[in-house]
Amino acid sequence: MLLNWLAGVLILMAGIGLFVSRDWRWNLGAMALQYLAAFWLVHASWPLAASAVKLITGWMACAALGMTLASARTEPGKEHGWRDGGFFRLLAAVLAGLVAFILATRLSAWLGIAPPIAWGSLTLMAVGLLLIGITTQPLRVILGLLTLLAGFEITYAAIESSELVTAAQSVITLGLALTGAYLLVAAKEETPQ
Amino acid sequence: MNASTLWIFLPILTGALLLFLRNQRWVAFVAGGLSFLLALTAWLLPIETTLALGSYAFKLSSTFEILGRRLILTTNEQPILTLIYGAAAFWFIASPSVDKAHRLAPLGLVQVGVLVAALAVEPFLYAALLIEVAVLLTTPLLLSGRDKPGRGLLRFITFQTLAMPFILFTGWLLRGIEADPGASALIRQAAILLATGFVFLLAVFPFHTWIPLLSEETSPYLTGFVLWVFPTSALLFATGFVDRYAWIRTAPQLPQILSTVGALMVAGGGLMAAFQNNLGRIMGYAVILETGFSLLTLSLLKTQGIDLFFLLFVPRLLALALWALCLDILRQNAASLSLQDVRGLARPWPFASVGLIFAHLSMAGLPALAGFPIRLAILEDLATVSLSVAAWAFIGSVGLLAAAVRTIAILVAAPAELAWEARESWPQRLFIILGGLALFGLGAFPQWVLPLLNRLPAIFEHLGG
Repeated sequence: MLLNWLAGVLILMAGIGLFVSRDWRWNLGAMALQYLAAFWLVHASWPLAASAVKLITGWMACAALGMTLASARTEPGKEHGWRDGGFFRLLAAVLAGLVAFILATRLSAWLGIAPPIAWGSLTLMAVGLLLIGITTQPLRVILGLLTLLAGFEITYAAIESSELVTAAQSVITLGLALTGAYLLVAAKEETPQ
Repeated sequence: MNASTLWIFLPILTGALLLFLRNQRWVAFVAGGLSFLLALTAWLLPIETTLALGSYAFKLSSTFEILGRRLILTTNEQPILTLIYGAAAFWFIASPSVDKAHRLAPLGLVQVGVLVAALAVEPFLYAALLIEVAVLLTTPLLLSGRDKPGRGLLRFITFQTLAMPFILFTGWLLRGIEADPGASALIRQAAILLATGFVFLLAVFPFHTWIPLLSEETSPYLTGFVLWVFPTSALLFATGFVDRYAWIRTAPQLPQILSTVGALMVAGGGLMAAFQNNLGRIMGYAVILETGFSLLTLSLLKTQGIDLFFLLFVPRLLALALWALCLDILRQNAASLSLQDVRGLARPWPFASVGLIFAHLSMAGLPALAGFPIRLAILEDLATVSLSVAAWAFIGSVGLLAAAVRTIAILVAAPAELAWEARESWPQRLFIILGGLALFGLGAFPQWVLPLLNRLPAIFEHLGG
């Protein structure tokens, strides 16, 4: 149980990092941490081998995006400092985590899942929605969608254990990452932040 | 042999292999030919019946097991397979004439295969996952390596992806409802989640914005294919829910909700089309209007059955394909599709201009064209149920008609010294003439497609009975 709460905290910290930082290296590092924590929370419902699929797929998605960005010789995105929206983003991510914490008790009671699992799942979904909602930048939209789906998969794992669904969700995670990579290559004249 | 091997795995595999073929005429020929053959076999070849070819006997079995789940294609699905693969053949064969075969044919074939898998998968809720896979294939289809991704594509991916969790989660609730059909709280929750999922999937207001943006940003022919394939599969998926779950089918609020949303989409789409300054965006709004008409036909299920819903399919396909083809020709020869840039193009590009206008007028429901008989039937039936909904649907059609008048005015507004000529290639002329004739033919003789349409409702066990 304690490890599940730790995984929830890790998700919140990774979510804050993902939302606040504009450097793609930090973003992908945060995504990798998110998938590690998500793996642990999925493991509460699934056997180790099945939940490891989520981890491996997530990390492969990060690798695909990272390799594309690295090969495009992209400089790290310029950090504009706290006065240029950094503080707002930090506050928004913390608020998302708090709202998720409040809603987690209801989701936990509704679905009969442990509160830290519900909290981790809702935090990821909230951060994903925030990312999608405030940007039109391809990389961040894809990171937002991956985060949102990772959050959904934690909850869904608690209620559905079909192998076909696991396979399809992995295909979708990888497909989204490859879509992101394709969009980044197409938009390489723009500097990804 | 298995039906899924023939109608799902074969096109997916062929599409994947075609990505390696560079000659776009061959790509289009193989993809179009295979689609046509698959349509023909779906029409002629019975499933679960032993057939003898000389000394060789074989049987197409309906069920394919995969990872503990099943893909099932029975004789009930064969008419829809005929329609889907026949339509795909139409799109693929015409694609080299606008230089789009190398992107459309391979990826389009894979997409169609995946969407047929979505029709076949059991439990059928997993179709949401397969539709999402097809959505992800759209990016390389619409975007060449040289184009920058636009807002429309990103919104398309985002909204379609957001639909999936809602629909999958509904599946879990539906299992609870099946166990306890009287659980009203569960039914309410499932209904809200399901409706939210389909609002995203069907691009209902306010999540419709990707359609006009996409139509403006990318190749009209490729966008036209996407706007045919996804609304069609989403509508079939949505109707599948209505068919399978008695609590949805018998809900007294369902016709009211469908007619309100449908009228909003028809009136909104038509009126917005009238005020657009870009021909691509007008096509996008016309697709929104068409989806609205499909929802209106679903609101008439109790009085008219499912027939009206299917009657819309063929006229929509013909009009959209011709519209997209003609727009693509114009786009390749103008700076953009804004009204300013296409002014006077009817003189150097008369076939494309005339084809575009006919397709537009058919979707607006003008008499003598393919869209008219079904549009008239829908308006008549709507008027018997609700005059206000019928009036809004009519207003939407008038809006689209006004957009057609503006398009005509701008296309023919050429300087007097610009001579009439026809710069379209011969294949382009051929496809435009065939498309135009089909629109007129279906307008004058709508009964031509009845042999196919009469068999289509069988796909839905309860609604089609």
